[in-house]
Amino acid sequence: MHIPDGFLDAKTWVSATVISTGALGYSIAKTREQLSDRQVPRLGVMAAFIFAAQMVNFPIAGGTSGHLLGAALATALLGPWSAVIVLATVLMIQCFVFQDGGLTALGANILNMGVVGVLVSAGLYGPLSRLVKGKTGVVLASFAASWASVMAAAFMTGAELALSGIPFAVVLPAMLGVHALIGIGEGVITAAVVLAVLNAGFSPNWLRKGDVCSE
Amino acid sequence: MFAVNKKLLAGLFIALLVAVFLSPFASPHPDGLERVAEDLNFIQRAEGKEVLASPIPDYSMPGIKSEFLATGTAGAIGVVLTFGLIMGMKKILVKKQDCSG
Repeated sequence: MHIPDGFLDAKTWVSATVISTGALGYSIAKTREQLSDRQVPRLGVMAAFIFAAQMVNFPIAGGTSGHLLGAALATALLGPWSAVIVLATVLMIQCFVFQDGGLTALGANILNMGVVGVLVSAGLYGPLSRLVKGKTGVVLASFAASWASVMAAAFMTGAELALSGIPFAVVLPAMLGVHALIGIGEGVITAAVVLAVLNAGFSPNWLRKGDVCSE
Repeated sequence: MFAVNKKLLAGLFIALLVAVFLSPFASPHPDGLERVAEDLNFIQRAEGKEVLASPIPDYSMPGIKSEFLATGTAGAIGVVLTFGLIMGMKKILVKKQDCSG
């Protein structure tokens, strides 16, 4: 769902860049309160894995493909603030090194897949995994958060395209329709990886204030 | 230095395996947004609009003839760069802590 240069008009990409810069700054401020340097490699490995997984497009119906976004995955295992930083890092590497996503659209891509994808994931994963206990809850919460995060990112992308002059009534249903399928793939992969990582003995850190010295 | 434990190393290794050996089998079909852009005829808005010239465009290492190897190499470089960038941001992400007390 990486928007290239040229899709968005100036007012849209400038606004998106301002919003995502603010959100990224806020996320960094939150992790500075919470993260210890021993936990930084966790973010690194998560970012590396999401980069790798994003390269593997899976086919969906109608000669179209999709790939993992990773917002729900990073949120489930690292909590929202670290997840925003992880996603933004992956998107920056993709933009600067691999020409995936335009430079002018980088702020919009971070906003859609990073910030909004993560916030929606956090809003669903936390409550759902507490509501339904055990592994069933993890799978259910992972799947729901993943699907919703992809749909939210697709909605944001559609809205930005509409602001840039593509008719809203056409682009929004098209974006949501195709991503409703891609979101299923996102959900299956995320649930499988979250389960595997938890089974390997990883304790997710949704950090709270005062956690910094606990490890 | 960083305390990178065995499980994290395993995770990094899995990321490398996915990037090197799985990515060459990725579906070549357009992704969701590209599909919508083609169907709704606005894909041409992006033609020739790239602001940056990236060193490894489209996840294919220039100068390597085998498509499989070119993609795998690009994947490996991406994994290392991504991990490295996060590690390099440690000073930004972590406040200097006094955990002695």
